[in-house]
Amino acid sequence: MSAFEAIIGLEVHAQLLTRTKIFCGCAVAVGGPPNARTCPVCLGLPGALPVLNAEVVRLAVRAGLGTQCAIQRMSVFARKNYFYPDLPKGYQITQAELPICLDGQLTLDDGKVARIQRIHLEEDAGKSSHGDAGTRVDLNRAGTPLIEIVGHPDLRTADEAVAYLRELRGILMTLGVCDGNMEEGSLRCDANVSVRPVGQTALGTRVEIKNMNSFRSVREAIVYEVDRQVGVIADGERVRQETRLWSMDLARTESMRSKEEAADYRYFPDPDLPPLQLDDAWLDAQSVDLPELPAARKIRYQQEFSLETRTSNWLAEEPPRADAFDRAIADSPALAAAFAAFLMTQVQAQLQRHERPWPELAAAMADLLRICGKWRAGQLSNQMLAELLQLAFADTARGLADALAHAEAQAGAVVRDDGVLEPVVDAVLAKFPSEVAKYRAGQKQLSGFFVGQVMRQLAGKADAKAISALLTRKLDA
Amino acid sequence: MTATAHVEACLAQIAARDGEVAAFLHVDAAGARQRAAWLDARADGSAPLHGLTIAVKDNIAVAGQPLTAGSRMLAGYVPARDATVVTRLLAAGAVLIGKTNLDEFGMGSSTELSGFAPTRNPLDLARVPGGSSGGSAAAIAADMAWAALGTDTGGSIRQPAAFCGLAGLKPTYGRVSRSGVVAYASSLDQVGPLAKTVRDVARVYAVLAGHDALDATSAVQPVQPVQWRDDLAGLRVGVAREHLDDAVGLDSQIQARIHAALDALRARGAVLVPISLPHTRHGIAAYYLVATAEASANLSRYDGLRYGARAPNPATLDALYTHSRAASLGREVQRRILLGTFALSAGFQDAFYQKACRVRRKIAEDFQTAWRSCDVLLGPTSPVPPWLLGQMTADPLAMYLMDAFTVGPSLAGLPALSVPVGVDAQQLPIGAQLVGQPFQEAMILAVGDVLQRAFAPEAT
Repeated sequence: MSAFEAIIGLEVHAQLLTRTKIFCGCAVAVGGPPNARTCPVCLGLPGALPVLNAEVVRLAVRAGLGTQCAIQRMSVFARKNYFYPDLPKGYQITQAELPICLDGQLTLDDGKVARIQRIHLEEDAGKSSHGDAGTRVDLNRAGTPLIEIVGHPDLRTADEAVAYLRELRGILMTLGVCDGNMEEGSLRCDANVSVRPVGQTALGTRVEIKNMNSFRSVREAIVYEVDRQVGVIADGERVRQETRLWSMDLARTESMRSKEEAADYRYFPDPDLPPLQLDDAWLDAQSVDLPELPAARKIRYQQEFSLETRTSNWLAEEPPRADAFDRAIADSPALAAAFAAFLMTQVQAQLQRHERPWPELAAAMADLLRICGKWRAGQLSNQMLAELLQLAFADTARGLADALAHAEAQAGAVVRDDGVLEPVVDAVLAKFPSEVAKYRAGQKQLSGFFVGQVMRQLAGKADAKAISALLTRKLDA
Repeated sequence: MTATAHVEACLAQIAARDGEVAAFLHVDAAGARQRAAWLDARADGSAPLHGLTIAVKDNIAVAGQPLTAGSRMLAGYVPARDATVVTRLLAAGAVLIGKTNLDEFGMGSSTELSGFAPTRNPLDLARVPGGSSGGSAAAIAADMAWAALGTDTGGSIRQPAAFCGLAGLKPTYGRVSRSGVVAYASSLDQVGPLAKTVRDVARVYAVLAGHDALDATSAVQPVQPVQWRDDLAGLRVGVAREHLDDAVGLDSQIQARIHAALDALRARGAVLVPISLPHTRHGIAAYYLVATAEASANLSRYDGLRYGARAPNPATLDALYTHSRAASLGREVQRRILLGTFALSAGFQDAFYQKACRVRRKIAEDFQTAWRSCDVLLGPTSPVPPWLLGQMTADPLAMYLMDAFTVGPSLAGLPALSVPVGVDAQQLPIGAQLVGQPFQEAMILAVGDVLQRAFAPEAT
């Protein structure tokens, strides 16, 4: 069945990092008692009117500039009409025909260009919780500002879709537009997926997948859905145009509603909001202070620090991590490559084992750099380093920076004094006479075996280079 | 006269007459007395509306008082905040006497379509007071309040003013804040004053007008003070033939009265300029599509979940919405929601809503063309005098046609003032409509004042 190709386009909703909601002064925040952050406007009380938050416009324009969109001098808010208990006005204010940004693009790590159709502004709805006692509605989220970034169907694989989403997320986070948190829903992704025989130009029937709240679910849902559609066609049936929900637990997509059930939203311009006009001088000022975006950062890491592509991509795709990295290595650029690799391997492994909150890790960046430096200088052995990190990351009683300093003190100094090493080396050589003979007969690779044996006697706390030097002196003498 | 004496006089009129007139849905006697006493004791009397009683149409929020918009859907709803216009009235020293009846959500031209009870015209109880601000007009005509706030979407201030022998101003769209006003058709709704004289209307208008940060459609232009005048030398008064001599269904006595009004203006130095508003005949259709389309969205929030009686034991969420809305919204409101929903629906939006928006632009262009040759327009407010209760209710379309002259300025966003210009043979009042250029309220008020005094020299 490899004769099919998938056509994928993403629709990404990003919650804007504003202090207040899009059309009123209520705070944007997570948690708290239900309906505490509401007012007549976001409750949709009779007579309440929306007034656009200027910061929302600034952030949407930044998102557009970061994705090479054409920023529209005039855009129009529209009403999208549907009934639902968590939609207090009975319509959502969004942008329909005339959005704030048009025609952008993203360049993926492999150089592929994926086009962006549009970015528009809209308000979020509230939250319904369905339980045995009925449905409860919390309108704290109602009126939270969102942008929707609609991509062209330029993606062909689940991996490309994930790469697109990572790139977009990195840009939005770098620009301070969105915090990029998919688990908490501040970045949400829907995918339009269709398949067609390779060589065919007409598009197949499109299915929209919702409810993917991690990179992993985006990848798995698309892989599943492409297989499903190819299977349907292989069975001689037609793919139905519908919306499907991804279930992580069931590892499959399930039908939510078909095209026939789709609502007629009856969009029309919202008469409460005049067209949004942007003036040229203001717009020019917005493009002046754009920070370095992930793509540029990756290239800088490769050129400036000779990072491997894999490492530079990993580092740059999480902007707060890259920012903390940049700050840490500002005074010791020579360590940058080693430190980046150290973060991506040892530190990342610890993070996966022990969940430590991100701000803690950022705050401990300087300590991690110091430890990495000691390790590179031979002042910590591999094993000592591993034990130190394990001890520190598991130590939840302390903050990570404190835990690292504490574990570092516990680790003590590496053994590199010949006076201590020599008797141990001598004892190992005496214990393995036949290996000594083989080594002297030319099997030089046995050097590693001897170092390992000595290290074992010293509980891993020795300097491998010092042992190696001593062994060479004794065996090659 | 003290504020207290004035309030007591109004409350006495309400007690005496509101049983038959039904102008009020809610009378705040205690609040009005308390405020009057406070004003008499503490205020220096310099506030622009010091101690004057104002009735507020019940689609405008007064904190702590019921807000029904004339609908059973909102029975029991009490807003926590004042509408901006109410805040301004209170800051100007006014006394709010109560909330007045209206056609449900402002949808009607007679106040017969209130969800509670019809209001009667105090000048002839068998007749309607006009609508939808009929309660406000009736309250003033029956001396239950000095002035009142109305709202006007397609004529709802001007026509009841005409029917009750009052002056009523619909300001330029954006001139007065809509914040706290229950929306009917947001691109058309405007709050404005009604009173016995143009001068009193101007006094309230001066308090209401001005920018409000709570309404994104609120205009930032400065408000011009009115320069009262006695002669109209050089004033060019446009007379649209579609609103007068070529008008379909115009009552002949009203036509004659408007000619008399034009003569009066000419006698004071005005020049009459014949003009044409060629798209007038499409006004009603465009208005009823645009207004109902917007209304269909504006009224979606009244879904039975938070307002109105929730349908018992609905099988589905859709059933809950359908049954609750059908039970709590009146027939005319349902008709307009359905009409507006249809006008916006996929496959029909271009032929109905979009086309109506295009016609709306044409109508606005008609007026722009007219302003090249004239300063104000004069014509009748209503094609007919106040009709008998029940006379029109069976035929909604006939009632829609009564808005023929008022919807044009609404669609174009222009200020328009209805001025009483006498009565017909049955002693029924007749109103003339003065239409001005955008933000030229001061001009039509000054001309309207001259016109009113021409027919009623005592009206100053």
